[in-house]
Amino acid sequence: MTAVPALAVEDLSVEFRTRSGIVKVLDHVGFSVDKGETVALVGESGSGKSVTAFAVMGILDPAGKVTSGRALFGGADLLALSERDLAEQRGRELSMIFQNPRTALNPIRKVGQQIADVLVRHGGATRSDAPRAAVEMLKRVRIPDPERRVEAYPFELSGGMCQRIMIAIALACRPALLIADEPTTGLDVTTQAVIMDLIGELAHESGMATIFITHDLALAAEYCDRIVVMHAGHVVEAAPARELFAHPRHPYSAKLLAATPGETVSLAELASIPGGLPDLRRPDLPACRYSGRCERRIDDCTKPLPHRVVDERHVVSCWNPL
Amino acid sequence: MTALLDIAELAKRFDVGNKRLLHAVDEVTFTIGRGETVGLVGESGCGKSTLVRLINRLLDPTSGSIRLAGTELADMRARAFAGNPNRARIQMVFQDAGDSLNPRYTAADAIADPIRRLKKMSGAALKSRVEALADMTGLPRELLTRFPHQLSGGQKARVGIARAIAVEPELLILDEPTAALDVSVQVVILKLLQQLKHELGMSYLFVSHDLNVVRLLCDRVLVMYLGKIVESGPAAELFADPKHPYTRALISAIPQADPDKRVGRLRLGGEPRSPIDPDPTVCRFYGRCPRGEPRCSAEMPVLRTVAPARQAACHFA
Ligand SMILES: Nc1ncnc2c1ncn2[C@@H]1O[C@H](COP(=O)(O)OP(=O)(O)OP(=O)(O)O)[C@@H](O)[C@H]1O
Ligand SMILES: Nc1ncnc2c1ncn2[C@@H]1O[C@H](COP(=O)(O)OP(=O)(O)OP(=O)(O)O)[C@@H](O)[C@H]1O
Ligand code: SF4
Ligand code: SF4
Ligand SMILES: [Mg+2]
Ligand SMILES: [Mg+2]
Repeated sequence: MTAVPALAVEDLSVEFRTRSGIVKVLDHVGFSVDKGETVALVGESGSGKSVTAFAVMGILDPAGKVTSGRALFGGADLLALSERDLAEQRGRELSMIFQNPRTALNPIRKVGQQIADVLVRHGGATRSDAPRAAVEMLKRVRIPDPERRVEAYPFELSGGMCQRIMIAIALACRPALLIADEPTTGLDVTTQAVIMDLIGELAHESGMATIFITHDLALAAEYCDRIVVMHAGHVVEAAPARELFAHPRHPYSAKLLAATPGETVSLAELASIPGGLPDLRRPDLPACRYSGRCERRIDDCTKPLPHRVVDERHVVSCWNPL
Repeated sequence: MTALLDIAELAKRFDVGNKRLLHAVDEVTFTIGRGETVGLVGESGCGKSTLVRLINRLLDPTSGSIRLAGTELADMRARAFAGNPNRARIQMVFQDAGDSLNPRYTAADAIADPIRRLKKMSGAALKSRVEALADMTGLPRELLTRFPHQLSGGQKARVGIARAIAVEPELLILDEPTAALDVSVQVVILKLLQQLKHELGMSYLFVSHDLNVVRLLCDRVLVMYLGKIVESGPAAELFADPKHPYTRALISAIPQADPDKRVGRLRLGGEPRSPIDPDPTVCRFYGRCPRGEPRCSAEMPVLRTVAPARQAACHFA
């Protein structure tokens, strides 16, 4: 592992304009990913995981605005790059797998051609080699009968197959940084294992750094090196995967774990996290955005959040951690 | 208990050109009782969504029968079914929550739409019904005025669920409803489904890749592999003692946070067989099956009873 991370997100804040006011979706988000490392981004729905990914990729919705921060990647700040330079890096160095695979594929182009297009565009293969390379990619993501299935249109494939096509496209050019937004939600666990192993191989062989957005904490613990927990646009805890599972420090991380169905014997044993995310349009958002739901709240909690270092690789933003 | 849904030898074959047929759903037979929750699991691409789209009559079957409380639905064309009174009795939550929502409808409109069409409700009554549904599914009311592109993936999934339960169907088909949900909302939704089952006697066909969730929610489980049901049985027994080699591989691949629990993992090697014109005399799992014997490539195993209430399609189960 190198000293300089592949990607360092610092102080990232993003707002959205909506009809009913400004929504402060990300607030001073920071984390880093080393070369060859896979970092999971977890947290409730709406906590800002996808928006973080979009901001780094430079593809925020037009209503969104980056109000502070940097995303350092290979010496450059991605947030400061021109649209053209960024487009250049996207696809070659940076690759993203979107949360909604079917809409990200071109519906009227055969999937084999779509993979070939990407390979040719980014110099991964010549026009004449590309069709064979596309078959090879389908094989790697375990699509049966790849020679024939390259001829399929997206609507002829299952949801999980489209997801695997997107993964194949994203990995085709061996990116230096992969952002995968819930890439395996539509996959059964045996196919998921194949994909996770594939990502692991690329990380190992070519030092690909991966941001892996997921709701599945057991998956994150098994396949990711570190876990970054987000809540309402804040990073609340970051730790090595196993450590976070064994000893969560932020009250929210602990609640997330308690809501995960693992060995539990009945639904009654699982507890949802009481309350919801605060309304992010509020002008008077509390310093700790979890405080409205927290059982461990103390007087200090109204002060700006601390950045507590449990150990070198484990940090938590909380005044009264577990 | 008479079956609410009775599926017999249902098949869907897609024409993929050059006279070749893709066997997406192959002679599938099963029932769902009133108030029963049946889980449907299996490999990506094995035919789960095709099967549920046949049942929900969005696709026309190639052959076979689909009976809802005794009424045959298979002969009715998919298009004609939209105006049929049975329409309100089966509702579905789609796999891609985002795609299935109309981009020009706000969350409130999307939820109100089936109530307006199928229950002829309007005005203040409709509005309060929509709000009640939002509360039930844990969707903050302030999000009701938003359009799909302004909602996160999990928020859209909740709109899809609220919409489907709005007309209180007898059979609710859920195609990976919790895939986009975080664990906390998932708990809310799962408990809601269980509550609706007790209160309204709703039946569910629950398609999911999350085996831990299936184990907790479902009474019975169907395991599919390449168009065929390869195993079925009561959830607890099936998970504790899987009979089919594919089911065994599936259960052993459930992600484990605890490294000690990962020992003895089965990783499937080999190439999956093609669903296009599959050989009728070869077991669909042959080639990847850790057992695979000569008989497996000479004779297709049929789904047979291997223990009380348990069926498996393997020569050696
Ligand atoms: N274009 C937009 N306009 C207004 N709000 C938006 C917009 N896009 C996203 N948001 C809001 O930003 C917040 C974060 O959304 P994001 O998609 O990042 O969530 P997420 O963590 O990826 O959730 P999920 O797990 O459900 O995908 C949500 O509350 C969402 O409603
Ligand atoms: N319209 C179509 N034309 C041709 N083939 C199709 C069509 N729709 C589905 N298929 C094929 O039928 C098979 C079953 O697909 P289906 O979507 O039912 O799978 P699934 O079990 O739901 O998978 P997933 O878990 O990935 O969603 C796949 O091989 C798919 O490519
Ligand atoms: S800072 Fe205080 S309110 Fe916030 S999570 Fe920690 S203990 Fe709870
Ligand atoms: S019939 Fe043979 S190939 Fe098929 S599942 Fe059984 S042992 Fe495996
Ligand atoms: Mg998201
Ligand atoms: Mg499907």
